[in-house]
Amino acid sequence: MNTKEFLIKMSNAVGVSGYEAERAEIIIEYLKSFCDEISTDKIGNVIGIKKGKGKGKLMLSAHMDEIGLMVSHIDEQGFLGVTQIGGFDQRTLLAHEVVIHGKKDKVYGIIGIKPPHITTPEEAKKSIKLEHLLIDTGYDVEEVKELISIGDLITINRQVVELKNNRIAGKCMDDTAGIATYATILERLKGFDHDLDIYFVASAQEEVGVRGAQVAAQHIEPDLAIVLEVGFGKSSEGSDDGKCLVGEGVEIVTGVNIHRKMFKTLKEVAKKNGIKHQVTVYAGMTPTDCRAIQVTGKGAATSLLQIPTRYMHTSVETLSMDDVEATGRLIAEFIINFNNCDLEEFLCL
Amino acid sequence: MLIKKLTDINGLPSYEDDVRAAIKEEIKDFVDNMYTDRMGNLIAVKNEKADGMHIGLSAHMDEVGMVVTTIEKSGMIRFDTWGVLPKVMLSKTVKIGKNQVIGVIGSKPVHLQKPEERLTVLDLDRIYIDIGATSKEDAEKYVEIGDYIAFDSEYREMGRHKIKAKALDDRLGCAAIIEMFKSDIPHKLTAVFCVQEEVGLRGSAVAANQIFVDLMINLEGTVCADSEDIEEHLRVTTQGAGPALSIRDTTSIYIKKYYQQMIDVAKENNIPLQFRRSGAGGTDSLNYHTAHGGTPVIGLAVPCRYIHTPVSMCDKRDYEALLALVKAFILKYGQEGTK
Amino acid sequence: MNTELLKSICTLKGASSEEGAIAEFIIEQIKDYVDDYKIDTLGNLIVHKKGNGKKMMLAGHMDQIGMMVTYIDKDGFIHFTNIGGLNPTVIHSACVIFSNGTTGIVNCERIEEPAKMTIDKMYIDIGAISKEEAEKYVQIGDICVYYGETIVDDHKVMTPYLDDRLGCFIMIEALKKLKNHAFDLYFVFTVQEEVGLRGAKTSVYTVDPDYGISFDVTISSDTPKCRKLPQKFDGGACIKIKDMSILCHPKIIKHMEKCAKDGNIKYQFEILEAGGTDSGAIHLHGSGVPSGVISIPTRYVHSMNEMARLSDIQDCIDLTVKVLETAID
Repeated sequence: MNTKEFLIKMSNAVGVSGYEAERAEIIIEYLKSFCDEISTDKIGNVIGIKKGKGKGKLMLSAHMDEIGLMVSHIDEQGFLGVTQIGGFDQRTLLAHEVVIHGKKDKVYGIIGIKPPHITTPEEAKKSIKLEHLLIDTGYDVEEVKELISIGDLITINRQVVELKNNRIAGKCMDDTAGIATYATILERLKGFDHDLDIYFVASAQEEVGVRGAQVAAQHIEPDLAIVLEVGFGKSSEGSDDGKCLVGEGVEIVTGVNIHRKMFKTLKEVAKKNGIKHQVTVYAGMTPTDCRAIQVTGKGAATSLLQIPTRYMHTSVETLSMDDVEATGRLIAEFIINFNNCDLEEFLCL
Repeated sequence: MLIKKLTDINGLPSYEDDVRAAIKEEIKDFVDNMYTDRMGNLIAVKNEKADGMHIGLSAHMDEVGMVVTTIEKSGMIRFDTWGVLPKVMLSKTVKIGKNQVIGVIGSKPVHLQKPEERLTVLDLDRIYIDIGATSKEDAEKYVEIGDYIAFDSEYREMGRHKIKAKALDDRLGCAAIIEMFKSDIPHKLTAVFCVQEEVGLRGSAVAANQIFVDLMINLEGTVCADSEDIEEHLRVTTQGAGPALSIRDTTSIYIKKYYQQMIDVAKENNIPLQFRRSGAGGTDSLNYHTAHGGTPVIGLAVPCRYIHTPVSMCDKRDYEALLALVKAFILKYGQEGTK
Repeated sequence: MNTELLKSICTLKGASSEEGAIAEFIIEQIKDYVDDYKIDTLGNLIVHKKGNGKKMMLAGHMDQIGMMVTYIDKDGFIHFTNIGGLNPTVIHSACVIFSNGTTGIVNCERIEEPAKMTIDKMYIDIGAISKEEAEKYVQIGDICVYYGETIVDDHKVMTPYLDDRLGCFIMIEALKKLKNHAFDLYFVFTVQEEVGLRGAKTSVYTVDPDYGISFDVTISSDTPKCRKLPQKFDGGACIKIKDMSILCHPKIIKHMEKCAKDGNIKYQFEILEAGGTDSGAIHLHGSGVPSGVISIPTRYVHSMNEMARLSDIQDCIDLTVKVLETAID
C-alpha cells in the first residue's frame, strides 16, 4: 500500500473521536510490518515503535480521530436529533447522506432540509442551528428504536474523490493525511540505521481537546516531537479562507509551541534536500497535539509540520498528495540528518 | 430497476439528451410512433388506432442543477443554479459536463470564521467548485463556461419502503409513463417527456401546441415536508399516504369535475390518495390546460422529501399506488370517456 | 432514602477552595464504613474502602459556585468576580451569604439593554452605606454563595446547593449500602471542580486507578422549549455518553447499562453539550483511565434553586451499588 492508498483507506474508514477502533485497525495493520513494537493504550492511541540506537526518543504524532455527529434524540415520527463531537460548521451539513452506526448494522440516513416554500424570508437569511437538524432514515419510529439508540455515532457518507493534479478530497484528511506521511517516512528509512528511537503515534481524541496526545506523551516521555497536522489551505492567493497554499509544499510552523532549533533544523533540512516548503507563524497556542506534548512531563522539543488542506471540517477536505509526500520526506531526512547531532546539545536553546 | 436507471442519469435543463435516449430505449417496442421536437421534447403514441378517449400523459425529463459561469484565475469555478439553493451544495461533490469532471464545493473552515459569519447563509458569491486545477488555463483543459453541473448522488434504497436519489422530480413521472406504455392498456395514449420544466415550464409550452388529447394527466414529484417540526397545515403532502392530487398551484387551478373522477377511481379500487395541500409551485399543467381551446388536466404527484437537493426521498408505496391509480383511470375512462 | 442526610448535606456551604466544612461533615458520615481516609494538600477527601479486584476511583465534588469580592466602592457596593460558571441573568436578584454570615443581594447597574448584562456591571449589596461600613463585614477575596432554603418533600429536593452535594450524597449512601464490592475502592470527595476539575487532577495522581466514575448533576432536558437531549426528570439514573470534558469509555457505559438492566434499575443515557465533570480529568491520567459518569437529571443547574427528583436520586444510588458490586469483564 503506498502513501495515497493508505490515506484513502483511512479517510474512508470511520474513526470519530472516542470511537477510533475501525481506523486504528487499518493503521496497526500498516505499521505492523515496519515497527518493532506496536501497542494501543487505554484512551485508544496507537503507538508503533521503530527502534534506533537508543540515543533519544522522537515522537511523531498525528491524530486519527475525525469529527462526527451523534444521535441525541429520537422524535415521535422516528426522525433523529443530533449533537456533535468536535466542531462542524452546521451550515455545511444540509442535504447530506449519512451513516448511522446503529445497534447492530449501519443505517443510512439523510440530513433533511425544510423546503423553500414554507421557509419565511427571515428564516432563509439565517443559518440553521445544529439543534434543528433532523435525520431521516426512512424507517418508522418503532423500527428506528429497534435499530438505533441514543449515543449512536453518525458519519457523513463520503468516499474519497480524486481531483486533478494529484489532489484528493475526502471527509477525513484532517488528520489521516498526517498519519499517511508515516508510509513515506518508513519507506525512506528502510535499511537506514537511525540513532533515534521513533514513536509513530496515531493519537485519539484530538478534535475534542488534544486528549490522546497528552496521554501518549505522558507514557512515552519523548525528547523530541514532530506533530503532523493539516494546515488551512487557501482557495486562492489573497483569499481569507486559509493561511497557506495547497501544492506549495509542507508548511513548517513556528511560534511559542515550537522549539526554535527544531524549526530551524527542519527548515535547513528542507532546503538542503530540495523539499518544497512554506513557513507559517502561530503566534499563540497552536490548536494541535503540539500544545499538549510540549508541556507534558519534563517537556519535549516540539515542532509542527502541516499539510495544506482546504475546506477543513467539511466532507470535502482537499489536499495535494505532493504536499503529503513532501512532509514525509522532510521528516525522514530530519531523522537521517539527526545521526550527526548530539541530543543534549540539540535540546538546549 | 427503472427508477435507478433514470435517476442515475444526468439531464439538466437543455441537456436532457441522455435521459431521452434512455426513455426511447425503454419504450421503443411499445409505441406506434415517436419523435423528438425542436425543443427536445420526446412525444410518443401508443395504440394510435384505438377508438375511445385519447388520454395524454406528461412528465419532465430535466432536473435541477447548476451551470459554469466563470473560471477564475486560481482555477476555481463559479456557477449559477437552476432551481437549487446554494446552501445545499456545501460540502458536496459534483459532476461537471459530459466528461463528468469531479469537483468539490467546500467553504471557509469553521476555525477561521468569526462568530457572526457563521450566522449568515452562504450564497453564490461565496462558494465555488474546486476540481484540483492550479490555474485558469489548467481548469480550461477540463471544463468550459456553460458546462452543466450535476449532483453527485446515487440511487439508494433506504428504510423499509424508501428510495433516496437525485432527480426523483421528475424521473418518477417519466418512469410511470414508461410503465403505462409497457402495460397492456388497449387505449390510445400520447406521452410527452418534456424538457426545461425546471426553468419555467418551457418544453411543455411547445409540446402542448403539437398534441391533441381529450384529457391530460401530468405526473410529477412534488414537495413533501411532513416532519414534526413543521406545522401540520404546511406539510403539503405526507409520505406513505398515496399519490397527491393537485387542486391548485401557482400556474393552474384544477377543475373539480375532472379530478373528482380520479378520486372516484381511487375509491373504487381502494387506492390511497391525498390532496396536494398547497397553492405553491408550478407545473407543466399550465401549458396543457391553456393549449388550443383548453384541455382538461389532472395533476398527480409522488411526494418527495428534500426535493431539489442531491438526496430527495420518496416512498415506493406512493409510486406504486400512482401506477395503479393511473392505470385504473385509463382503463375506466379510455373506453367510455369522461363526462 | 435518608432524606435527613440529603437535607443536611444540601444545607452546607462551600465554594471552590472553601470545602473544609463539607469534608468534615462527610468524614463523620462515612468513617465507620471505611478502612482509611485522608485530606490531601488541595483539600480533597480521599477515602479508601479496601477490596479485591481492580482499583476504582469514584469522584464527586464538594465545592459549589460562588462569587469572590474584588472591589468595594465608596458607597459600599461590592464588586465581584465569578468562581465557576455564573450566568448574569440567572444571578440577578439572588440572595448571597458570606462565610461569616453576612447576607446580601446581587443586582446590576442601570443598563439600556438588560440582555447585555455582564458580571462586571453587577454588584452585591449588603445594605452598607459606605466603603468603611462594608469593610466591617466583607474583605476583598471573600467568597459568598447563594443563600436559600433547602426543601425536601415526598418527591423532590430543591436548594441552591444540589451541584454537587447530590453526587456526594449518592456516594455516601452507596458506600453505606455496599455488601460485596468487586473493586478496591477510592471514594474521592473532590475540591475545585467548578473552576476546572483541579481537585480531580491531583487526586487521580495519588490514587492512580484502573477505572474512574464520577457523580454529578446534569441538565434535565424536559422544560418548555428546551434543547432536546435524552435525559429527563423521572427517567432514572443517567449514564453519561459525553460532555465537553469526556467521551465516556464504551466499556464503562456498557458495564453501567448491564448493571442497570440486571438490577432492574431505571436508567437513561445522557448527553451534555456544555460543561464537564471530574471524569474529564480522571480519564487523562497516566496512560489513560477508562472512565464514566453517573448523573442526576437536575433542572436549573447553577441557579438559586436547583431541583431534582427523589426517584432519580434513588435510582442513582441503586445503580452505583450495583456497579460497584459487579466486576468489569
